Amino acid sequence: MNYLVIIIAAVLVNNIVLMQFLGICPFLGVSKRLSTAIGMTGAVAFVMVLATIVTYLIQKYILDSFGLAFLQTIAFILVIASLVQLVEIILKKVSPALYQALGIFLPLITTNCAILGVAILTIQKEFNLLEGVVYAISNAIGFGLALVLFAGIREHLDLQDVPKGLKGTPIALITAGILAMAFMGFSGLV
Amino acid sequence: MNQWKNFSKGFIKENPVFVLLLGMCPTLGVTSSAINGLGMGLATTFVLVMSNIVVSLVKSFIPDKVRIPSFIVIIAAFVTIVQLTMQAYLPSLFKSLGLFIPLIVVNCIVLGRAEAFASKNTLLSSAIDGLGIGLGFSFALVLLGGIREILGSGKLFNITLYSENYVTLLFVLAPGAFIVLGYLIAVINRIKKS
Repeated sequence: MNYLVIIIAAVLVNNIVLMQFLGICPFLGVSKRLSTAIGMTGAVAFVMVLATIVTYLIQKYILDSFGLAFLQTIAFILVIASLVQLVEIILKKVSPALYQALGIFLPLITTNCAILGVAILTIQKEFNLLEGVVYAISNAIGFGLALVLFAGIREHLDLQDVPKGLKGTPIALITAGILAMAFMGFSGLV
Repeated sequence: MNQWKNFSKGFIKENPVFVLLLGMCPTLGVTSSAINGLGMGLATTFVLVMSNIVVSLVKSFIPDKVRIPSFIVIIAAFVTIVQLTMQAYLPSLFKSLGLFIPLIVVNCIVLGRAEAFASKNTLLSSAIDGLGIGLGFSFALVLLGGIREILGSGKLFNITLYSENYVTLLFVLAPGAFIVLGYLIAVINRIKKS
């Protein structure tokens, strides 16, 4: 039951992109085509779950037990950066097809604040490891949901007659605002 | 003259938020009031100036291959300094900025300036570049935060301007951030053209 609450809260009520403003850069950057949006979601989901597990273990068994909690930011960003490199190298060797699909998105993920954000939030909310994994997976789903919805809308937007001054980024942001308004309807669900 | 140009480019011409569209997460996340925007802007400015200075000092010792990880470590060190200082002396601001203070480390503006400017230029111009871009970022955040605060809670810097009965709450909530920023960028584009 507890897990269900975590999932609904992360996917719909506190959607990571539209309500918490994490991962806005890929949200605006790679949402022009539906196919790239799906590829980015896959890469983010993969790294987010891995990073949450690794940073959780580091926080519990290294930082906490040696009283080094103030090094959290430095330790986490280093772990995420090297994890992304590692995933890239392993993927290239083990599954070239998957690497082809996710490859170009992986380097971008290091500076995706959603990854570091979820890792820190997992610690702040005092989840245990399993809850942390569920939380990371549901945030990845929430990220994918927002990205795919937005990419679908933007593909249609290309064909519309937008006022000249609002073309490009302005209309994309306003669309995102309306999408966020729709997601506000879920508030109070849990 | 040249240094002045280096400093002032961050405000309109190369404004990180309105023109380069970098650092969008803190821009949208913390600007529910002008004070929050100012706090976030100044914290980022400090990190930008200090990391630019250090990067330009050590640029010749860092091997090219491990450039980016080294920059990230330098930035993360200064972010930790800001985080602990703010937690000690400005606890209420620290609470309202929350998660976005540690997230300065993944702000593309900071890494972008270290990589594109400080790793190629002298100490003085790197420091001025960091200050200019940082203040341009703060300017954008205060502008966005101010507009949202006026429309959404009828106040500016916590001074009440009109009765709460007439406010549009939407503007301090999540959708308002996207919508106000969208229109602001449209206005800036128009100003830049003329």
